[in-house]
Amino acid sequence: MTLEILGISVLWTFLFGYILIGAIDFGAGFFNAYSTLTGRQHILTNIIQRYLSPVWEVTNVFLVFFFVGIIGFFPKTAFYYGTTLLIPVSIGIILLAIRGSYYAFETYGARGHKGYSFMYGLAGILIPASLSIVLTISEGGFIDLVNGNPVLDYWKLFTSPLTWAIVVLSIAATLYISAVFLTWYANKARDTEATNMIRKYALIWALPTIITAGGIIVELRNHNPEHYSNIQNFWPMFLISFLMFIGTLWLIWKRRNYGLAFLLLVGQFAFAFFGYGASHYPYLLYPYLTIYDSFTNPAMAISLIVVFIMGLGLLIPSLYLLMRLFLFDKDYVRGKGDYHA
Amino acid sequence: MGNEEAVFFSRVLTETTLSFHIIYATIGVGVPLMIMIAQWVGIKKNDDHYILLARRWARGFIITVAVGVVTGTAIGLQLSLLWPNFMELAGNVIALPLFMETFAFFFEAIFLGIYLYTWDRFENQKKHFLLLIPVAIGASFSAVFITIVNAFMNAPRGFDIVNGEFVNVNPLLAMFNPAMPTKVAHVVATSYMTAAFVLAAIAAFRLLKGSNHEYHKKALYLTMKVGLVFAIASAIIGDFSGKYLAEYQPEKLAAAEWHLETSENAPLIMYGVLKDGEVKYAIKIPYALSFLAHGSFTQEVAGLDQFPEDEVPPLYIHYLFDIMVSIGIWMTLLSGVFWLGVQRGWKMVSTKWFRWLIVLGGPLSIVAIEAGWWLAEVGRQPWILRGIMRTQDAATTSGHVDSMLILFCLLYLVLGVGSVVVLRRMFRNNPVEREIEDRDTEKGGDVL
Repeated sequence: MTLEILGISVLWTFLFGYILIGAIDFGAGFFNAYSTLTGRQHILTNIIQRYLSPVWEVTNVFLVFFFVGIIGFFPKTAFYYGTTLLIPVSIGIILLAIRGSYYAFETYGARGHKGYSFMYGLAGILIPASLSIVLTISEGGFIDLVNGNPVLDYWKLFTSPLTWAIVVLSIAATLYISAVFLTWYANKARDTEATNMIRKYALIWALPTIITAGGIIVELRNHNPEHYSNIQNFWPMFLISFLMFIGTLWLIWKRRNYGLAFLLLVGQFAFAFFGYGASHYPYLLYPYLTIYDSFTNPAMAISLIVVFIMGLGLLIPSLYLLMRLFLFDKDYVRGKGDYHA
Repeated sequence: MGNEEAVFFSRVLTETTLSFHIIYATIGVGVPLMIMIAQWVGIKKNDDHYILLARRWARGFIITVAVGVVTGTAIGLQLSLLWPNFMELAGNVIALPLFMETFAFFFEAIFLGIYLYTWDRFENQKKHFLLLIPVAIGASFSAVFITIVNAFMNAPRGFDIVNGEFVNVNPLLAMFNPAMPTKVAHVVATSYMTAAFVLAAIAAFRLLKGSNHEYHKKALYLTMKVGLVFAIASAIIGDFSGKYLAEYQPEKLAAAEWHLETSENAPLIMYGVLKDGEVKYAIKIPYALSFLAHGSFTQEVAGLDQFPEDEVPPLYIHYLFDIMVSIGIWMTLLSGVFWLGVQRGWKMVSTKWFRWLIVLGGPLSIVAIEAGWWLAEVGRQPWILRGIMRTQDAATTSGHVDSMLILFCLLYLVLGVGSVVVLRRMFRNNPVEREIEDRDTEKGGDVL
């Protein structure tokens, strides 16, 4: 394995981590806001707050890790993506800022404040949409070089069906992932009413997720034939992903083993995400940037990897402690005892 | 939009983001240490007031941390969005501490989550206290790593340039650059100092507004004492910073001190105005600049006449220096007098006007932090990477920076107002006197 592949694999894994826990987080915020709006927050709020509260800041770090890491390993991305992404990423930052701070304001400062809940719920669901634009742009065709400087063609971007398919997928998948996780979590908390409600959301959002995911692959055939034909080479991964999707859906439908359902969901997205990533190889940005011509110098690469391994040594035990105390601690999940500062 | 405009707006946007972020970042670095000290004193003295102090500070801290985190994410991304050429170049050499910072941040975030949700969960309070240590370490090390990147921008090394490309890169050498020791120490010490004085201001304010509770007096004494220690530390480190500048960035020192002509026995100029190339109405402290620069009262200090005009930072940074240093000295004196006064039983330190001075010290410390960072950043101009890349060559070529500037200004307004409103509401709805009563009844209930 070359350093380039090692670097991108680490980053891609962390991006996957962000997408997964970010989706749970953003979806939960949205469901919370939605139930507030429909006057049913008494059913959901407890469950959602109990899960989100201790972990919200950790979610954000996964994103920071990804973008700092990609500049570290592939500094040329700063030039191409930095120049072109000013507007979409700025909007993403603003949404992230509203979401993160107003979540804290509501949770710690003004519990139950409807305006705040609504604000962070709405901001949260738009984050995946705004950040997913980066994936769309990476497919190529939206950036032209003018006098050696990359320029984003907004008209082309916003009239492309690919863009909108990815936007819809990001929102649907966020709600779907979140709903499946919360079904399991609510069930673990023995909260039947909440479980039933969220289970329904999971079933509702399953279909749009799989339809848009399939649609994107079809859309790529027109947009980026090279990538499309690469995807064909990885068909077993996408097949496994699809089978896992069916598995999750079946378990949820039959109200059985929600834990396994969630694991299958993680598997479904992992296979699809890594299949997509592998077929994107070696391009970071079609057709300008590959992982090879944008890679940093070997000295930096090796030091980053060393730091990464040392960092994991710190991180894994800490994450384990966090999960043990809050995710797998029955008393905490069931809301016995309030230990908040 | 021409490139000049893009450069201008990129600078304004970066300045705005940093100026806003640094308030929350400074509090975020300093307050965990203060919580730690209070909780430790509480456990040692078995004094519930200190424990409650730690707990209430922790509650307020979450709000500031949230804004600190999201604005930190903003500046992290803006570095690439607004200065893509710089990040492309610098990423090759100085990505390591940035990467390390994400781990420090991770570490802090995880343990902060745990710490906040495990009050009274453990029988042994020391266990809960232990969870705070990684939070404080993570917070301080975030500052250390980020400041290392900033130090590198001032004194880049750890590479050779061949045909415009960086070769022979040594990431560790780049991290441990000459600017790093003084800069890191100064940032960390002043963060502790500022956090202490901000918390002291709150305690003094409560005492002024009619509550004479023992709790606030303990808080005030503790914070002023810690503030004094770090104010003295900051002054000593400041002296070393002067010596660093004299050796590695003499033009920055000369501009900040309005040292126009190279001379021996150089005096330190405070305040004043610059008219037709002459300093007027200034206070001159004889020999002080020579001492600041070289540790000897007579040695020669390079003046602005030594440097090409297009490599000298704007001269208004002199005032930033004045503001920073004056506030630093003032706060050292104020906290020193307060500490002595409490020791000796002087009536003066518990008078109204003295407490108002302490209240004023909170915002003043923040002003000093702002002035210090402006001095550091504007003082490096025209360079973004001193001697290697000019700021004007680093900026984005995108034409939409001005509209983004407006959006971000609105965002910071919303966040700033929001955080103040929430913090006020939080502590107003749950005053400490009531909380102490509640806790006492709870304990009484246990006994019965």
